[in-house]
Amino acid sequence: MIATDPFRARTAIVGVADAVDPSGELDGTVRSLEVRMIREALTDAGLTIADVDGVASCISPGWAPSLELAEYLGIAPRWTDSTQTGGSSFEVQVQHAAAAIAAGMAEVVVVVYAATPKSSFKRGTGGFGSRQGVLAPTPSGEFEVPYGMRMPMGAYALAASRHMYEFGTTSEQLAQIAVDSRTWSSLNPRARLREPITVDDVLASPMQASPLRKLDCCLMTDGAGAVVLTSAERARDLRRPPAYILGTGTCTTHAMVSEMPDLTTTGAVVSGADAYRQAGLGPSDVDVLQLYDSFTITILLLLEDLGFCPKGEGGPFVAEGVLGRGGSHPANTTGGGLAYTHPGMFGIFLLVEAVRQLRGECGDRQVEGAEVALAHGSGGVLSAMSTVILGTEATR
Amino acid sequence: MTVVPRPDGTRERVSPPISTEAEPFWDATRERTLLVQWCPACDRGIHFPRAACPTCLGDVLEHRPSTGEGVVYACSTMASPGNPTMSGREPYVVALVDLDEGIRMLTNIVGEDAAAVAPGDPVRVAWEPLEDARHLPVFVRIKA
Repeated sequence: MIATDPFRARTAIVGVADAVDPSGELDGTVRSLEVRMIREALTDAGLTIADVDGVASCISPGWAPSLELAEYLGIAPRWTDSTQTGGSSFEVQVQHAAAAIAAGMAEVVVVVYAATPKSSFKRGTGGFGSRQGVLAPTPSGEFEVPYGMRMPMGAYALAASRHMYEFGTTSEQLAQIAVDSRTWSSLNPRARLREPITVDDVLASPMQASPLRKLDCCLMTDGAGAVVLTSAERARDLRRPPAYILGTGTCTTHAMVSEMPDLTTTGAVVSGADAYRQAGLGPSDVDVLQLYDSFTITILLLLEDLGFCPKGEGGPFVAEGVLGRGGSHPANTTGGGLAYTHPGMFGIFLLVEAVRQLRGECGDRQVEGAEVALAHGSGGVLSAMSTVILGTEATR
Repeated sequence: MTVVPRPDGTRERVSPPISTEAEPFWDATRERTLLVQWCPACDRGIHFPRAACPTCLGDVLEHRPSTGEGVVYACSTMASPGNPTMSGREPYVVALVDLDEGIRMLTNIVGEDAAAVAPGDPVRVAWEPLEDARHLPVFVRIKA
C-alpha cells in the first residue's frame, strides 16, 4: 500500500449504530433517537459520552444543530460541525472530523442523525409533503417552484431524461438497479421492502416523474444512525476492529438542478478522485460499495463518476445485475434507500453498513473478504457529493 | 408574444417572489418581454439574476432582451402536482431549456403537443398571466 498522504489511515470509525424497522416507523422523538444512537455507537466502540470532545449534527428544530445537540447531551465539545449538504452531510462531516482528529483538534467525534418523516406525517405534524404554497424569497422559490417540479424526484428525472438522450440509457437498465437492491434487502430482516422483484415489476409500477417510476424512487421512512471516530492510535485499543479512513473527498456543484452544469456528470468525479488519491487506491480495489440510491439514476451516475465504468456506459454496466448478491460489484448490501430505509437523508446508513461489512458482521448479506469499502453520499439534487473510502487493518 | 392562459378549473400558480436583483426581469414580464441579465465584461448571460457575475464577480451588469428561443435540454412529465397550486394541471411537463443566449432556465413546456416533447426539441417562450400583471415565462414547441 502507498501511504504517502498525511491523512491516510490516521483515523478510524470505531463505533456504529442504526435504528430501522420494517414498518418504516420508529418510536420516540428525533432527539431521543439521536441520544439512543450516540449511546449505542459509543457502547459499540467501548467508549462513553465522557470521551466525546467533538459533535457533528446537520439538522435541528432550532438554529444551530451541533450546538443544541451538545447542550442536550450536557457536554462542552472543543470541535463542532453543523455542516448541511443534504443526504451527504454525514460523509462531509466524517471528512471534517477525520481532518480535525488527525490535526489534534479533537479526539473522539460522534456524527449522528435521526428523522421521523413517516410517523410525523401520520400524526399530521409535518413530514414530507407538508410544504405550503407561500414561497420564500430564494432563487428556488423565484425560479423553480412556480413550475411545479416534484421535489426531489423531478430533478433526478431530468437527469435521467438527459442521460437517456445522450447515451441511450433505458428504463430497463435503471430498473435492474432496483431489482439488485432487493437481492440484498431480502436478506435483511430490518428492511422495509424484502420481496424480490423483476425488471417488469419496476416498469409496471406507476410513473411518478417520467422516466422515473415508483420503484425507481427511494422509500420514505423513519430512521436514525450514528458513527464514532477517533485516532488510529486510540482505535487499536477499542472493542471493535477499526474501519480506517483511507481517503475522503467532497465537491458541491450547485444547489438547484437548473444550475447543475451537466446533468449527466456529478461532483463525484472530483470527490472520488480526491478520495482515491488519498487512499492510494482505485475503483478496482473496492470490495463493497455503499452508494446513495435516492433514485436508480443516482446509482448509475455515481458508478460512472466514481470510475466503475466509463461515462455513458452505466446502463449496459448495470444491466446484468453486477450490483446484486453474487455480482461483481456488490452494492448497497442493506437494500439501500430503495429497499432498506430512507428518512430523507441516507448518508449515515452508508457509513454504518460500510463499517459492518469491513468487520464481517453482516451475516447472510456479508460480502466475503471485504477489505475496502466505498461509501458515497449524494445530497440535494445531485448537488453535494462526498466520498469516504474505508479499510480494514490489512489495508493500512 | 404568445399568451397561454392557465387551464380552466385550475388555480393561480404560487406567486414567484421578486428578488432585488430580478426586478428588471419581472418588470419586463408585464410587457411579455424576456430579459437576460448580462455581464458585458465576460460577454455572458446570467440566470438566475444576481448581484454579481458568477464568472468574474463584477457588479456592472445589464439586461438584454432574449430571442425567446432555445432548445430543450432535459424534460420530465409530472404525474402528480409538485405543489398544491399545480393541482389539476397534471400531467404536465417540466423542462430545462437552453436559450440562444447561453443560459438555462427551468420552465414548463405547454401546448397541445407538449406531452411528446423530447430533449433537443426547439422551443419558443410563451407567457402565462399571473395575478399581479406579471407573466410567467413558459415554452411551446416550435413546429418543424
